Amino acid sequence: MSRLAADVGVVRGSFELDVSLTVEPGEVVALLGSNGAGKSTLLGALAGLYRPTRGEIVLGGRTLSSPSVAVPVHRRRVGLLSQQALLFPHLTALDNVAFGPRSTGGGRRAARETAQRWLDEVDAAALAGRRPAQLSGGQAQRVAIARALACDPELLLLDEPFAALDVDATPAIRSLLRRVVRATGVTTLVVTHDVLDAVVLADRIVVLDAGRVVETGTTTDVLTRPRSAFAARIAGLDLVPGRSSAEGLVTGEGTVVVGTHPEPVEQGEPAVALFAPASVSVFRDKPGGSPRTALPVRLAAMEPHGELVRLRAAPLDGGPGWVEGLAADVTPAAVAELGVEPGDDVWFAVKAAEVTVHPAGR
Amino acid sequence: MNGVPRFLWLPAALAWLLVAVPVVGLLLRVDLSNFFALVTSDAALAALWLSLKTGLATMVCCLVLGGPLAIVLARSHLPGLPFIRSVVLLPLVLPPVVGGLTLLFLLGRTGPVGGFLYDEFGITVPFSTTAVVLAQTFVAMPFLVVSLEGSLRTAGERYEAVAATLGASPVTTLWRVTIPVVLPGLLSGSVLAFARALGEFGATITFAGSLQGTTRTLPLLIYLQSQDDIDGAVAMSLVLVVIAILVIVVTRTRDVR
Repeated sequence: MSRLAADVGVVRGSFELDVSLTVEPGEVVALLGSNGAGKSTLLGALAGLYRPTRGEIVLGGRTLSSPSVAVPVHRRRVGLLSQQALLFPHLTALDNVAFGPRSTGGGRRAARETAQRWLDEVDAAALAGRRPAQLSGGQAQRVAIARALACDPELLLLDEPFAALDVDATPAIRSLLRRVVRATGVTTLVVTHDVLDAVVLADRIVVLDAGRVVETGTTTDVLTRPRSAFAARIAGLDLVPGRSSAEGLVTGEGTVVVGTHPEPVEQGEPAVALFAPASVSVFRDKPGGSPRTALPVRLAAMEPHGELVRLRAAPLDGGPGWVEGLAADVTPAAVAELGVEPGDDVWFAVKAAEVTVHPAGR
Repeated sequence: MNGVPRFLWLPAALAWLLVAVPVVGLLLRVDLSNFFALVTSDAALAALWLSLKTGLATMVCCLVLGGPLAIVLARSHLPGLPFIRSVVLLPLVLPPVVGGLTLLFLLGRTGPVGGFLYDEFGITVPFSTTAVVLAQTFVAMPFLVVSLEGSLRTAGERYEAVAATLGASPVTTLWRVTIPVVLPGLLSGSVLAFARALGEFGATITFAGSLQGTTRTLPLLIYLQSQDDIDGAVAMSLVLVVIAILVIVVTRTRDVR
């Protein structure tokens, strides 16, 4: 496991990237940012596809790039998985995966054995003999994951790895990637604009805007208490940490949040429940009715949010602390009808169908 | 097909007929009873054999020299690349006779390079089979370079970048990724260059002359015979037509797949 320390500047035309970033050994960091924030440029500099105009990149004690050093791409041991699987069209799935081990000096047989093992690992053993043209998008991305990892990279770069997949194929590939990245313990940087990717895959989030790091923190912190405008816009989600259960999720002190599991997640595994503030209803008294989660909270703040009003929650005296910052978006009419103000005790309720539970954390 | 304006149909039909009718005319003109005897005469066989031999040698020269040139044109960032590319395309627009003359001035016994070769090594290039291959390479090279550079640009550098991140050195990447990915373009480019070499007349006759068995290729023999033995010329023309059709079938079926 290798530590990445990068402090680089890249100038490309009128665009300027200036980023300082470290990824601890075995850590998974999500790089969030809008289009043109410089995410792909940074990955390109790390992979060696662009020469930084200033700064230094050090991976596991090796200097990959500095004013006097430029290790060529093929000697960096930096794996790259992009939106497109980009499997070599003239090779079978097995030979695609064997390409890396073979190129780095392994014998033909040893390379094939390694490739077979990795195809098994990504549940694609049955596809070994197929050509890329005969694979679906999801299958091709599985093989591409195996191919990137079969080289035993010290750093794995994931450039929006699900952006080109069918919506249906994404959850399975995402949880597969989570499983293999955790299993290998490879230091990983994942570029994405989807909050879910960060929740499921990452330990930490770094937010990039106009070529600069504007925010960094644990996934939970950045998503629930975003400080940068970009994070606030894409996050703006309610997030409850806990462990997966049959009904949905159980928090540390035993509150049950009822929800669905779009991705396979073992019971008892660390997980988070996600829901949109607009799907939260607010009541003065404990609501009953259809299966829903009702959380007693103290109203901390009310702020305008577009045409709605965003109500912010704080913990009750002696209540669980994780409710801090939960948001509910309701209409001004509903607020008037409720007649609540900051400091009042209310119930936040959300229907099971609005809550998704995802694996997260360690 | 509803989108084709009606007034285009007539010129389109005329264009097609302009190519097809002469070939059919040639077929009708062939003296079938003597066809076999005509194409197996000593002169005809020698010319056919020489054409095939020099055509293949030209194809190899185009591959060995034009292949690297196409890769440099498609992948390098040399300054003045547009200029280099225009020079490569020159033989496509230059009359082959002029090409043959330029080769003769360069490599003739009194030319700058030819004089040196003769004085130092006693080598005479013009009017030899080597000269035939050189003349044919001169005119056929652009076909391979253009076709291969197009394939390289279409394939892009994405696969090569992936190969590098997988630990493949530039040389490994060339043999195991770049060449296999552009193989169809490489094959059709080679076949086109071969076909162009087979039909070369002007550059060959200026630079290599017309000596039976040494430099008299099939087109040269056809021209010579058309002066007095028209039946023989027609019969051998038919041989070239058949080879041309074979070439088109081979390259087209590859493109369609």
